[in-house]
Amino acid sequence: MTGSPRAFRPPVYLVLLAAGFIAVWLLAAALPFVWTAWGSFKLQGDFFSMVSWQDALFGPRTQALTGSAFTGQAYYDVWVGQGFWRQALNTIVITLGVTAVSLTFGTLGGYALARSTARYAFWILIAALVFRAMPGLTLVSGYLLPFFEWNLWGHQWTTIIVLVALNQPFTLWLLHSFFLTIPRDLDESALIDGCTRLQAFRLVVMPVMWPGVITTGIFSFLVGYSDFVICAMLLSEDNQTMVPKIIGFLGTTQQPGQVMYAVAATVSVILPLLILVLFSQRRIVGGLVAGAVKG
Amino acid sequence: MPHRTFTLFILPSMLAMLLFIALPLVSVVLQSFYVEHAQALVQVETCDPFGCKTEIRVDATAMQALNAKEPQGRFNGFDTYLDGAHLAVDELRTIWTRAPDMAAGLSQTLNLPFYRALLFTLVYTVVVSPLSLGLGFLIALSVNILPRVTRGGVIYITLLPMIVPSVIGALTLFWMIDQNGIIGSFLQWMTGDNTLSLKASGALAWATLFAHGVWSNAPFVFIVFFAALQTVPRDTLEAAMVDGASRFERLRLVTLPHLAPIATFLMLILIMDNFRVFESIVGLSATAHASSLSSLIFFALRGDTPLFGSAAATSMLTVICIFVLLLPSLRRAWTGFRSKA
Repeated sequence: MTGSPRAFRPPVYLVLLAAGFIAVWLLAAALPFVWTAWGSFKLQGDFFSMVSWQDALFGPRTQALTGSAFTGQAYYDVWVGQGFWRQALNTIVITLGVTAVSLTFGTLGGYALARSTARYAFWILIAALVFRAMPGLTLVSGYLLPFFEWNLWGHQWTTIIVLVALNQPFTLWLLHSFFLTIPRDLDESALIDGCTRLQAFRLVVMPVMWPGVITTGIFSFLVGYSDFVICAMLLSEDNQTMVPKIIGFLGTTQQPGQVMYAVAATVSVILPLLILVLFSQRRIVGGLVAGAVKG
Repeated sequence: MPHRTFTLFILPSMLAMLLFIALPLVSVVLQSFYVEHAQALVQVETCDPFGCKTEIRVDATAMQALNAKEPQGRFNGFDTYLDGAHLAVDELRTIWTRAPDMAAGLSQTLNLPFYRALLFTLVYTVVVSPLSLGLGFLIALSVNILPRVTRGGVIYITLLPMIVPSVIGALTLFWMIDQNGIIGSFLQWMTGDNTLSLKASGALAWATLFAHGVWSNAPFVFIVFFAALQTVPRDTLEAAMVDGASRFERLRLVTLPHLAPIATFLMLILIMDNFRVFESIVGLSATAHASSLSSLIFFALRGDTPLFGSAAATSMLTVICIFVLLLPSLRRAWTGFRSKA
């Protein structure tokens, strides 16, 4: 901290202690991903060696069979052989759908909640908080039979709207808190100038809301991208998304190489997230803080 | 904002929540009172040169017709709630009339599927939530006193366990704790026990699930606490220092009270999230050793014939548990609102 008084500066032993602790934590946070990424370029006999864990490091079998310590065999098998690209496409559809619908509903609702002074606005927010506590699975057991009966099961748009609805509470809270940071005078002066509410919302408030919308959009994206339970339950085999499919690889009988499908697919799912966080770290942090503190 | 405009703006959002959160809850209530149709049986007489046999078979066409007419099954009242897979009233009565002592009775009770899942879910929530809060807080304090240049990188790596889908994170851990995986071997080397396996023992499987829970929850806590630490009033800190408060006293008397309301809110969120623990059980392949309320529902719906009634009854019991858990916070929100108004 520059410019802080000397006495605020922590003593050296404390800094060293903190550095050591953080080093251990970072190792714990990153090692599983680094290890899996490393192992995904080996053969199963090495990454899941019956002999020694060090085989995963040096890859003796991979070297003997492919002539190199690294092989893209697992990636080829899963993306081409198992047609994992289909699940990737499905994930894109679900993710984009969830983000778009979620933001449309959320900005309208969040704006209304932020601008209303009525008592029911408070109660809607509390109800949203209670709804947020409902585990997805308790609700899925309510959907499943009606969806089967009305032939709504297995469609992508059903899954999209369910995911949007389940995350609407969080989206509403987050956007509501972002709208509160925009001064009321802004839309009120627009109303005085003759705008309707919708015009004031669309032409005056939204243009300054972009940071909040992008932040919320990232979280909606993550919801669609990461979901396991809802997609596993509501999507059929041929429009399944990536995450449930990976668990599917594990569920089938253990043939040689089968586990490596899951390993390579796992790394493939994690990689886009690494890139996303790289470019939007500030927004993710800001969103988490806004959702927790102001909410 | 006029009521009419408010209604129009909030309508899509409310409609989505009513249709897909509130209505399913109603559907769950109704469903929980129904149970799958009993198998329609027919007596079939087959005769061959050596005589006639009567067999009892499932009448497939009759079943189909029945299921088409009454897809929700037959009315069962509260029986599903009371049966062996849920509250297990009869089983409890036998256990407790025959049990020689408290311990035996308790252990038999906790072998019943519902109570086993309830126990795990509660223990998981009670253990993982405070530990995550503590770990996140320690990370935040530590990062706060490290040089500023390290922050970006530390936050990036710290976010990973949270951003990665829970089930995927659990899988990566699972592959490492394999007996021949890096952590599994390390533990064997440390304990000198070559048969030690985190996957084989129930207690170790629970410990692994808890560890995964803390690992994936701590980043969120860290981010929020870290932001809150930047807003600790400097004047108060300086005043405390002038008054001769040590570093630890400043933490205890100034920083902690400042963070207390945020900690309460974080705890509420953590309890809500941890109570639905499920994905890590699948990811860590721990279904043999641990089941949660959510996993009971999942596997009831995932069987060869989905048990809608059973899943719905478990869901209802889960919702009741959550309501009881949230009641104190809801009461606080209500009194807070009343005092403001």
